Amino acid sequence: MNSSVAVQWKAVCKLDDVLPGTGVGVRLPGRQAALFRTRDGSLYALDNRDPFSQANVLSRGILGSLGDKRVVASPIYKQHFDLETGQCLEDEEVSLTVYPVQVEGDVIKLAIPA
Amino acid sequence: MAKQQLLLIGHGMVGQRYLESLVAQGGREHFDITVLCAEPLPAYDRVGLTSYFTGKTADDLSLVPEGFFAEHDITLKLNTKADVIDRVARTVTTNTGETLGYDKLVLATGSYPFVPPIPGNDRDNCFVYRTIDDLDAIIAASKDGKVGTVVGGGLLGLEAAKALHDLGLQTHVVEFAPRLMAVQVDDFGGGLLKDKIQELGVTVHTSTGTKDIVDGESCKHRMNFGEDQYLETDVIVFSAGIRPQDELARACELEIGERGGIVVNNHCVTSDDSIYAIGEVALWEGRIFGLVAPGYQMAEIAAEHLMGKCEQQFTGADMSTKLKLMGVDVASIGDAHGNTPGSRSTVFMDQTAGIYKKAVISECGKKLLGAVLVGDANDYGNLLQLCLNEMDLPGDPAALVAPVSDGAPLLGADALPDTAQICSCNNVSKGDLCAAIDGGAMTVGDLKSCTKASATCGGCSALVKQVLDSELEKRGVEVNNHLCEHFPYSRQEIYHLVRVGQITTFDELLEKHGSGEGCDICKPTAASVFASCWNDYVLNKPHAGLQDTNDYFLGNLQRDGTYSVVPRVAGGEITPDKLIVLGEVAKKYDLYTKITGGQRVDLFGARVEQLPDIWRTLVDAGFETGHAYGKSLRTVKSCVGSTWCRYGVKDSVGTAIQVEERYKGLRSPHKIKMAVSGCTRECAEAQSKDVGVIATEKGWNLYVCGNGGMRPRHADLFASDLTDEELIKTIDRFLMFYIKTADRLQRTSVWLENLEGGLDYLKQVILEDSLGIGAELEAEMAHVIDTYQCEWKTTIEDDEAVKRFKHFVNDDSADDNLKYVRERGQRRPAFEHERIELVEEA
Ligand SMILES: Cc1cc2nc3c(=O)[nH]c(=O)nc-3n(C[C@H](O)[C@H](O)[C@H](O)COP(=O)(O)OP(=O)(O)OC[C@H]3O[C@@H](n4cnc5c(N)ncnc54)[C@H](O)[C@@H]3O)c2cc1C
Ligand code: SF4
Ligand code: SF4
Ligand code: FES
Repeated sequence: MNSSVAVQWKAVCKLDDVLPGTGVGVRLPGRQAALFRTRDGSLYALDNRDPFSQANVLSRGILGSLGDKRVVASPIYKQHFDLETGQCLEDEEVSLTVYPVQVEGDVIKLAIPA
Repeated sequence: MAKQQLLLIGHGMVGQRYLESLVAQGGREHFDITVLCAEPLPAYDRVGLTSYFTGKTADDLSLVPEGFFAEHDITLKLNTKADVIDRVARTVTTNTGETLGYDKLVLATGSYPFVPPIPGNDRDNCFVYRTIDDLDAIIAASKDGKVGTVVGGGLLGLEAAKALHDLGLQTHVVEFAPRLMAVQVDDFGGGLLKDKIQELGVTVHTSTGTKDIVDGESCKHRMNFGEDQYLETDVIVFSAGIRPQDELARACELEIGERGGIVVNNHCVTSDDSIYAIGEVALWEGRIFGLVAPGYQMAEIAAEHLMGKCEQQFTGADMSTKLKLMGVDVASIGDAHGNTPGSRSTVFMDQTAGIYKKAVISECGKKLLGAVLVGDANDYGNLLQLCLNEMDLPGDPAALVAPVSDGAPLLGADALPDTAQICSCNNVSKGDLCAAIDGGAMTVGDLKSCTKASATCGGCSALVKQVLDSELEKRGVEVNNHLCEHFPYSRQEIYHLVRVGQITTFDELLEKHGSGEGCDICKPTAASVFASCWNDYVLNKPHAGLQDTNDYFLGNLQRDGTYSVVPRVAGGEITPDKLIVLGEVAKKYDLYTKITGGQRVDLFGARVEQLPDIWRTLVDAGFETGHAYGKSLRTVKSCVGSTWCRYGVKDSVGTAIQVEERYKGLRSPHKIKMAVSGCTRECAEAQSKDVGVIATEKGWNLYVCGNGGMRPRHADLFASDLTDEELIKTIDRFLMFYIKTADRLQRTSVWLENLEGGLDYLKQVILEDSLGIGAELEAEMAHVIDTYQCEWKTTIEDDEAVKRFKHFVNDDSADDNLKYVRERGQRRPAFEHERIELVEEA
């Protein structure tokens, strides 16, 4: 992370609100994120907007891995996005914003630009 | 240069192939083409004629690609028979009184059935078996008859006998010779065939000649055989051989063979340079070829010759045949009778199993000259190749007729030379198949569509598959049907692992048999297999992350991220009250409403957080989920049948409801559609469904593996005249076998096309229980049915589950990005350009 950009940590939900292996949608000021919890408990957050369909649905994609990358598949046209980088695997010109995630106690927090 | 006039007389199988070959070579640039067709229909598949009795329509049998005549600007005159050829004036006069000039003339008039000169052979209800018109007449006559008789026990006679049998007549075959199929098989083979056919309920009279046909007492006719011997019958079909239709040529004094047939040279040119003859009417070196493959070869050669290309010549043709007569495999290859001097035979015969095999071996003991197979013709392809390519026998000649032919190839497909003809109907060589494989063909279905191999009689399909497998392997294409990178198994293998290992969760499956974390391919597949095997509630926690969003939110995801709601309306029958509930719900939530092709109502535009409320209302009103979102049974469409329709012979709606209620919720490799029609008018279009049921006066006819959609496929008749119980039992087994063995996202149509052994094999497994798994399949189906639950009912009763129906985890509001426009009185999601306008307006 570029430390000169001020970020603000926003509490969004409890850990238990996200089943392992699934995702949820998160309302952020002026935007939507998709928050994922993989089967081993790691947390990731990306834009919720699917750039190929313009629908806010990525939180409903299926999680998995392709090679050594962890990915989510868009439920609309099935493109894959790297959970770590937001990069689309099928189209190198497309990538999503990645939101850092933190857990404090049992609360999940996302970082958004302040 | 002005175009020349080309006239083709006869538009049968060979005539059509000639036209196709000619236009492919650019023949239209040099010739104006006119075709005279004596029949009311353009060329159709005469080889498949008998399937007209088992559900194929004249349209299905047509050989003419849609728009063919218009596209190539060829004039086709139906119902028009050539009466006279004037070779001096170069004209042809037709029965419609027209006179047409020609520069080149092609005769493809085929043959006509020979009717033995028996007094009384012209009585009513005496038929031949050659055209669709003939079959229509036979069908009409059999309606009020009880007994049917075929005169002639050759290949076509036995096909005709099968048809009469299928039409419900008590059937007899009267053959003059001492055995059936005298041309193709020997005495032992013929004897065994007779036994097998009699077992099926057809009475065979060999060494029997008919003296005359007179009025009968119990039936319409009496056929007198000899000394007080006679047979009473209502319908008679003559099938005593064919004769070349060479009348026209005789009258204009073209050279004709002693026993008929228009004499042609190696380019199919007759004694007049301007006239060609092709197909069954042509006589080459004193021989007539009564099969379609040599006719096709002649068509190609004659078309090339017309275009000035003379390399290809007709050099005779192999007359080997394989067919299934009344469920009995019969094949004859090369010198079946051992007429070659010095040849010896090795024979295997098992009368209990009804199998007879004979191989005719050359004097030196190294080559196969011919063979006869009755009851088990699995080795036909291999033996034919050995014989045609004059290959050295791989081992002991006796092995050729060894009792167990487990399909294990006698010689690998590898051993065949590139020139080996694999599909004789369509003249496809091994080299042609290899070229198609190089061009990207990966399945038997691909090869069929690009080379036509196995598209006609299907006799070559096992061999085509062997060539495909060995060639793919050679090219280093791992014939790999692994599901995805996480599981080195096919869907079928995963299914097996899950069942045998009693695996119930994805984590367990991945740990035991996979690697990585899974993906959007293997997770939903596993979920579907778990559901097929154990039928757990799909939203149980361990399964939640496996589901495609459709299954997760129990609705169909639409392009703007909202879902559609489709309650089950079994059989398409709905009470007015329930219809009103649907209307009220749609109105309340402003859902776009549309009637689906599956006879139910689709409500579009429901947001995730609205789904539980909508469904609560629906469930309270007695609706259940329609599983429109799942790879599972969709709908069982029905016509109104005997409930109201004046033609209905059975209660199609009742049966559709019963079937839909039985299989609702059944998870499968892909969606399954079904339909039930109340009579053969087929208003429910059952023959385009995975499972189609059609009522007849005698019971239900079951069709399988049809498809609409992207690759339409006409369903195959699977079983006839079933009772209600038989129908259900057969569908139980069929569906469960499909679920067990199909690949991911493989509809039944593609599954069948890739199933080794095809329809016959499927019938053996399901109807004859050849694998002994019938009871198991039924038990597994029973489990699924017993554990059915409406997923929506379960969901709305489970607070935990309902919680998940939110767009935002941290906010109860709706997705604020949804924008709609109204069109034709309802709303739909705005397109990108409309969105921009909407935003500007705001
Ligand atoms: C029931 C049945 C099953 C068969 N099964 C097989 C099989 O399994 N394998 C196989 O290889 N072969 C089989 N055959 C044989 C195959 O159908 C023929 O070899 C093939 O149809 C010959 O083609 P053709 O074009 O020469 O003749 P046809 O297909 O008979 O076409 C000739 C056409 O010319 C028309 N015609 C005749 N005279 C005139 C005229 N004066 N003016 C205008 N039109 C005229 C006829 O009406 C006819 O439509 C079967 C045949 C039948 C009847
Ligand atoms: S298929 Fe038969 S019973 Fe059904 S609607 Fe049509 S005509 Fe009537
Ligand atoms: S045909 Fe195409 S547009 Fe129409 S419903 Fe099917 S997938 Fe959608
Ligand atoms: S041999 Fe008849 S379809 Fe191939």
